[in-house]
Amino acid sequence: MANKNNEALKQPMWVNNPVLVQILGICSALAVTAQLKPAIVMGLSVTIIVAMANVIISLLRNTIPNRIRIIIQLVVVAALVTIVSEILKAFAYDVSVQLSVYVGLIITNCILMGRLEAFAMQNGPWASFLDGIGNGLGYAAILIVVAFVRELFGSGTLFGFQVVPQCFYEAGYLNNGLMIMPPMALVLVGCVIWFHRAKNKDLQEN
Amino acid sequence: MATKKFRCKVCGYVHEGDKAPEKCPMCQAPQSEFEEIVEEGAAPAKKGLNTNSNVYTILYAAVMVVVVAFLLVFVSQTLKERQTANVINDTKQQILSALNLRDQADVAATYDKVITADALMQADGSLAKYNGEFNTSYKSEFDKGNLHVFEASINGQKKYVIPMNGLGLWGTIWGYIALNEDRATVYGVYFSHSSETPGLGGEIAGTKFQDRFPGKSVVKGNEVALKVVKFGKADKSSQYEIDGVTGATITSTGVNAMINKVLSAYLPFLTK
Repeated sequence: MANKNNEALKQPMWVNNPVLVQILGICSALAVTAQLKPAIVMGLSVTIIVAMANVIISLLRNTIPNRIRIIIQLVVVAALVTIVSEILKAFAYDVSVQLSVYVGLIITNCILMGRLEAFAMQNGPWASFLDGIGNGLGYAAILIVVAFVRELFGSGTLFGFQVVPQCFYEAGYLNNGLMIMPPMALVLVGCVIWFHRAKNKDLQEN
Repeated sequence: MATKKFRCKVCGYVHEGDKAPEKCPMCQAPQSEFEEIVEEGAAPAKKGLNTNSNVYTILYAAVMVVVVAFLLVFVSQTLKERQTANVINDTKQQILSALNLRDQADVAATYDKVITADALMQADGSLAKYNGEFNTSYKSEFDKGNLHVFEASINGQKKYVIPMNGLGLWGTIWGYIALNEDRATVYGVYFSHSSETPGLGGEIAGTKFQDRFPGKSVVKGNEVALKVVKFGKADKSSQYEIDGVTGATITSTGVNAMINKVLSAYLPFLTK
């Protein structure tokens, strides 16, 4: 059992990464990765919400009527996100201003529904909690990698601080505007998947 | 039952045998994605409720809705006071930001010290004291025709702050513009937005863009002349033109439209 829980936590970080292998949550991965800071905040919020929603659904899993299970999952997620957003507004106003639209975006994140339906409906609360944390962190890791590259080459900054020295610009270096555009995020995610498949030969499709 | 049946949760393929296959022959999903199919007849009726009956489903949905609704109402009610206080504080900070007093530690105290009056512009351009509660939505005030002007005093010099609102690329944008006592030159600005693209349109909230405003002139003759133009197109010698944000033409145009719309309404005050 302990081994299974371990798997639930570790699998989604690399071998069964939600973005790279399950191809879930791509939409938000494109939207929030132009800069590092929102990417990290988004990654953390998704981690917390997936873990909490997983636990709740896992506790309810034997009582949920099969025909309306998706809508029940959606209600749980939406209620959780709303409550978290209300609490942030009251106690951490700055953070909530920064998150603005992303809080709402969490509800539509496919990872949430995907994990609830595929994992929490069949497993106990503790395993589901670990699965949520694992998937959230796996998702966050990809966001951070993509955001790092996009912010560095797109704006010459990291976390908003200038890292490309001014003398580069004077020598004719220009920020790559394409990096900030959403399509580039897709290309970068593609590159990461390429690298990931090269390392995990058994995932390659013929 | 001689053999068990397993269904792949990914593609729905059904495998017959003693255990699930290593890999799904249809979609290559791993063994863990298979679930055993328990025949309806074979499984003895579960004790307790039948979770698939209509009555149960409807009751479950009803209870769920009521519980969630109460939960949300409870959370919203208990936190409302704090939230309103935060919003008021934030609005005051935004007004102060236009006066180049960013990131104040004690916003309410600084606001009370710096802002001397919350006034409404009359049709003839004069100012009359505003007697209502402190407002946090200047869009609805503007739409109602209540044209707010904040009078501020910084180091003995009088400044005016005008709230603005408009539309960016994805949603609303708003800001505050502080004018010097001559009502013609910009002292400072503050912009914010609800959902502009981070790194592009979102940059209007940064000081890099806002620092281009101070010292520029607002009106020329009887018209609002302050203009945000495409990045790099601003005439360096012009008193009225300001470079927009690079790569965010629509948001910059939105800022330009907002300045024009709002300040035009304030012309009687500006040209008085």
